[in-house]
Amino acid sequence: MDRNSVGIVTPQKFTFGSVEDPMVLESGRSLGPVEIVYETYGQPDADRANAILICHALSGNHHAAGYHDPHDPQTGWWDTMIGPGKAFDTRRYWVICANIIGGCKGSTGPASIDAATGKPYGLNFPIVTVGDMVEAQKRLVDHLGIARLYSIAGGSMGGFQVLEWALRYPQMVRSAICIASAARLSAQAIAFNSVGRSAITRDPDWKQGAYDGKGPEHGLATARMVGHITYLSEMLLDSKFGRRLQSASRLSYNFTTEFAIESYLNHKGSAFTHRFDANSYLYITKAMDYFDISRSYGPLKEAFAQVTARCLFVSYSSDWLFPTSQTKEMVRALLGNGKPVSFIEIDSPYGHDAFLVEVEKLSRIITGFLSGVPQEVAP
Amino acid sequence: MNERYVDRLSRTDRDVILTLVPEGVTVLDLGCGDCSLLAELAAKRKIRGTGVDIRGEQLVDGLAHGFNVYQGDLDEGLMDFPDNSYDYVILNQTLQVVKKPLRVLTEMLRIGRFGIVGFPNFAQWRLRSGLFFGGRAPKSPALPFEWYDTPNIRVLSIRDFFDYCRRQSLRVTQERYLVAGRWVTRAPIIVTNLLAHIGLFVITRK
Repeated sequence: MDRNSVGIVTPQKFTFGSVEDPMVLESGRSLGPVEIVYETYGQPDADRANAILICHALSGNHHAAGYHDPHDPQTGWWDTMIGPGKAFDTRRYWVICANIIGGCKGSTGPASIDAATGKPYGLNFPIVTVGDMVEAQKRLVDHLGIARLYSIAGGSMGGFQVLEWALRYPQMVRSAICIASAARLSAQAIAFNSVGRSAITRDPDWKQGAYDGKGPEHGLATARMVGHITYLSEMLLDSKFGRRLQSASRLSYNFTTEFAIESYLNHKGSAFTHRFDANSYLYITKAMDYFDISRSYGPLKEAFAQVTARCLFVSYSSDWLFPTSQTKEMVRALLGNGKPVSFIEIDSPYGHDAFLVEVEKLSRIITGFLSGVPQEVAP
Repeated sequence: MNERYVDRLSRTDRDVILTLVPEGVTVLDLGCGDCSLLAELAAKRKIRGTGVDIRGEQLVDGLAHGFNVYQGDLDEGLMDFPDNSYDYVILNQTLQVVKKPLRVLTEMLRIGRFGIVGFPNFAQWRLRSGLFFGGRAPKSPALPFEWYDTPNIRVLSIRDFFDYCRRQSLRVTQERYLVAGRWVTRAPIIVTNLLAHIGLFVITRK
């Protein structure tokens, strides 16, 4: 175990609401009781003023750093960023990451038991939005006794939550870090989500979401394969796989998995089915599709007028799922309001996935930004 | 040797800029590098500032100082910054390296009430004589580069700059010249255009 690791962590649970007193969702439907599973790293200071909330993306979860047991081969998904001496330095900050509602890693989602029926929700689970996810996180933050977050950070859909926080609870967000994200999901990204959902719902094992056990593994794997392509850049696929054949040196003239890229995607797809729930995939991608700041808060410039957090936006040069232009649109709206905002585009070949894999440059940027937060800021 | 001389030049032009920027104003520094000029302005003139540079790596230091930074290419314009959003916009030793200097100058005075522009004077006598007598692309302590590796793609003189300001109806409110290692405030243009290594100007719209 590396000495910059947060070490062994134990997920914790927080429950709010009940069948009688549920959480009312943006759709008007209600959900209760709501369970949130989360992890914390580092220690709160006396005023609990050093808390940083990390928001995970589509396939992420609350396990952002460290290990669950000493033999765990896998660290948390942002372990390179969170720990002693790392960008989110756990010697200084109290870092929190919670599984989103609608997820499948312990927070209430479609696979959870519906208290009203005693059976898994399945498709009876109400549609949740990014706003609802943030609302649930707000309850957790209140529960943890945090009046104001020192910072909040997330990439991709995590960035959606960051923006939602900055708009919904401006007084609770001192600084915000929005990485490889956008003010709304683009038509192209909705299109890819739609293909992923079709793959799941057309799998006979899906059974209208009422599967038991195995579930629509083929559909989910296909959805993940499509998704995975959108997270990488053409340049990366070309340099990592090219037209290389996986094992044979000659063409097989049949439909077996033949190219290295096919083999890679197959592997990613099937590995995903072991760790993710197909219904959750439907719900979360839907929440992403619905995300549109302008729809909820008006034109971007007007919407961002209420932001008070010092903001940092980071994009990646080869990210075509959440391109730099979409980040700059938000930066422009904030600058137009005279808000304190910084923007850096990281030159990277890794596409959208860069925020998870290319951490060196991001670490320097975030370390600098976080240490500059208490300073007097510009107009 | 040349580099050290240039370093010394750039240190002194910072001191001059410090005297040109009033206390407590807002400053946008174009081509800010690591935001060290902004840091000095913040420490000594209590300004609040934002740095713009094309190199994102360098901007990290600015973030740590608490400045807002924006990675951008000046040649693409600064559309993201609204009109009249800063008191001062600084373009120091950057005008000569951009592809679209007119666009940059226009953007400067759209965004800021005042612009501070510093550039090397390509009509300084050593450069003139280098070209005239040497017959080669001239060099000087302020411009020590070979023709093939110079970042300075825009060659202008102090006279050229004044001509431009006149055509664009811009007012030069302050002028400073580096002549023989000393900064002078005012002199006839025939003298400054011949002797000054560097000109530094505060400009504003009429």
